[in-house]
Amino acid sequence: MISAAGLTKVYGGRTALDHADFTVRPGVVTGFLGPNGAGKSTAMRLILDLDRATAGSVTVNGRRYRDLPVPLREVGALLEAKAWHGGRSAHDHLRFLARTNGIPKRRVREVLDIVGLHDVAGKRAKSYSLGMGQRLGIAAALLGDPAILMFDEPVNGLDPEGILWIRRLMQSLAAEGRTVFVSSHLMAEMALTAGHLIVIGRGRILADTPMADFIPASHVRVRSPDLAALVRAVAAEDWRARPADDALLVYGVTPADVGDLAYRNGIRVHELSPVHPSLEEAFMRLTADSVEYHGGGG
Amino acid sequence: MTLRRAGFAGAVAGEWIKIWTVRSTWWSMFATVVVTVGLSSLLTLAYTLSYDRLGFRARLAFDPVAYGLAGLNFGVITLGVLGVLVVSTEFSSGLVRTSLSAVPRRSRLLAAKAVVLAAVALAVGLISSFAAFFASQAVFSMRRLGAGIGDPEVLRAVTGGGLYLTLIALISLGAGAIVRHTAGAITSVLGVLFVAPIFGVFLPEDWGRTVQKFLPPAAGSAILTTRETPVTLPPWQGFGVFAGYTALVLVVAFVLFRRRDV
Ligand SMILES: Nc1ncnc2c1ncn2[C@@H]1O[C@H](COP(=O)(O)OP(=O)(O)OP(=O)(O)O)[C@@H](O)[C@H]1O
Ligand SMILES: [Mg+2]
Repeated sequence: MISAAGLTKVYGGRTALDHADFTVRPGVVTGFLGPNGAGKSTAMRLILDLDRATAGSVTVNGRRYRDLPVPLREVGALLEAKAWHGGRSAHDHLRFLARTNGIPKRRVREVLDIVGLHDVAGKRAKSYSLGMGQRLGIAAALLGDPAILMFDEPVNGLDPEGILWIRRLMQSLAAEGRTVFVSSHLMAEMALTAGHLIVIGRGRILADTPMADFIPASHVRVRSPDLAALVRAVAAEDWRARPADDALLVYGVTPADVGDLAYRNGIRVHELSPVHPSLEEAFMRLTADSVEYHGGGG
Repeated sequence: MTLRRAGFAGAVAGEWIKIWTVRSTWWSMFATVVVTVGLSSLLTLAYTLSYDRLGFRARLAFDPVAYGLAGLNFGVITLGVLGVLVVSTEFSSGLVRTSLSAVPRRSRLLAAKAVVLAAVALAVGLISSFAAFFASQAVFSMRRLGAGIGDPEVLRAVTGGGLYLTLIALISLGAGAIVRHTAGAITSVLGVLFVAPIFGVFLPEDWGRTVQKFLPPAAGSAILTTRETPVTLPPWQGFGVFAGYTALVLVVAFVLFRRRDV
């Protein structure tokens, strides 16, 4: 379990993380979602004590990271930037890491197998592709068989097959009861992987909820030239509805329900469509005012 | 899996693996031995060949041991580079983040690096120093100028050569941790060791000489002398002064390494 309380980081007058309170629990993949520059990587560095918090605190399993007796056995982390020396082979990199935390040597072979770097483990890491480098980082995170795993943008550089692999890996790690904390700004990826969401924008935690609660329920979008009549009919049925431009959004019913209602009341219908809101839309609505860098000519 | 505490011993063991698994270590060790022994031999040869043309006073002040170990002053560069690289490449590569997630106690990590580097530098330093001594004395013996390892003060000077190079490596490690960039750290180490003495040259004669004695290179290399000279401190005093500089740089390095974000 990871708990942050009032966690704040200021870099030379610029607040990267602003009194963040959150808890990452075991048994579920927790997605850490936020636009570029929101503070995701900063929060992860603070968890690992790599950057010193300006205020507030964060603990893993109830202790500050630096107080963990055998840190790699408790926390494994894949950081955003490359974190290995290009002149050293994957095997040697993992071997030294294992040695610092008293992890048996055979575990090095095991994690090399898990991430599929077995064949190139003896080559110097600077010859690795982006995806292979990412796999080395993942191998290092898994090395101590930790109960807490953090991945900062893990799909970076991975091919579709690699993406599928890491998604399954994270889900199986969570299914084993581990805490899995993964940052991303790839919404579709997150929707597929995470069961819980922590949303961050401009250093502030905007939401901390189960994925299912975050995405609004499916609904029906209906357009009609007799909109007022339609609104009355829907209200008479006691259905929850909300106007949106020239259409009406009706919740908790199927398109068939709405179509039948219109037919019974002799109301013309010009559009009748089911809507399944995406994580992306929910996210955009939430972070609209906290996006750091707007693209385009804004 | 058995659970062992990841203490200082683990950190040292990890650094031990690290230092031997990059090529730069092997290169700088090899270069240190070649440069010190090669240059000591060459300089001794040049001296021996021109011996007949030297005046009486020059012959009287001649210190065959210090002269024969002159190549160590160039080994300073190669071991200095090794010392810097041990820390600076952690920053340039991003490895420091992995290293600190395995050994989050900052002082423990830096101390482990210092211990391993000191062991390697001491071994290379002693090998270089003894090899340079025997090679140079073999050259000197052509003119019966050489000293024996059993002569007074000689063993201290030759062993001291290894100790001096060890301090050079440690002061460079400190510089690497303070500056965090390879080129910048190497420049500052070499600047202090080779450029600072120039100040002494431009100071008025008498206190220029005194200042000179206390400047890092002269203080550190005093340990190589077996005769009293007007331009250096007594051997152990000079070594003590240089050890003081090293300690100072290391203290600053530890304080900054503990405090800064990585
Ligand atoms: N070492 C640093 N020094 C100064 N500013 C920093 C530093 N690290 C991060 N920042 C700033 O802090 C803010 C948060 O950055 P951070 O890297 O945590 O964002 P992020 O959510 O990980 O973004 P991305 O999705 O692009 O990876 C940014 O404004 C960034 O410029
Ligand atoms: Mg980031």
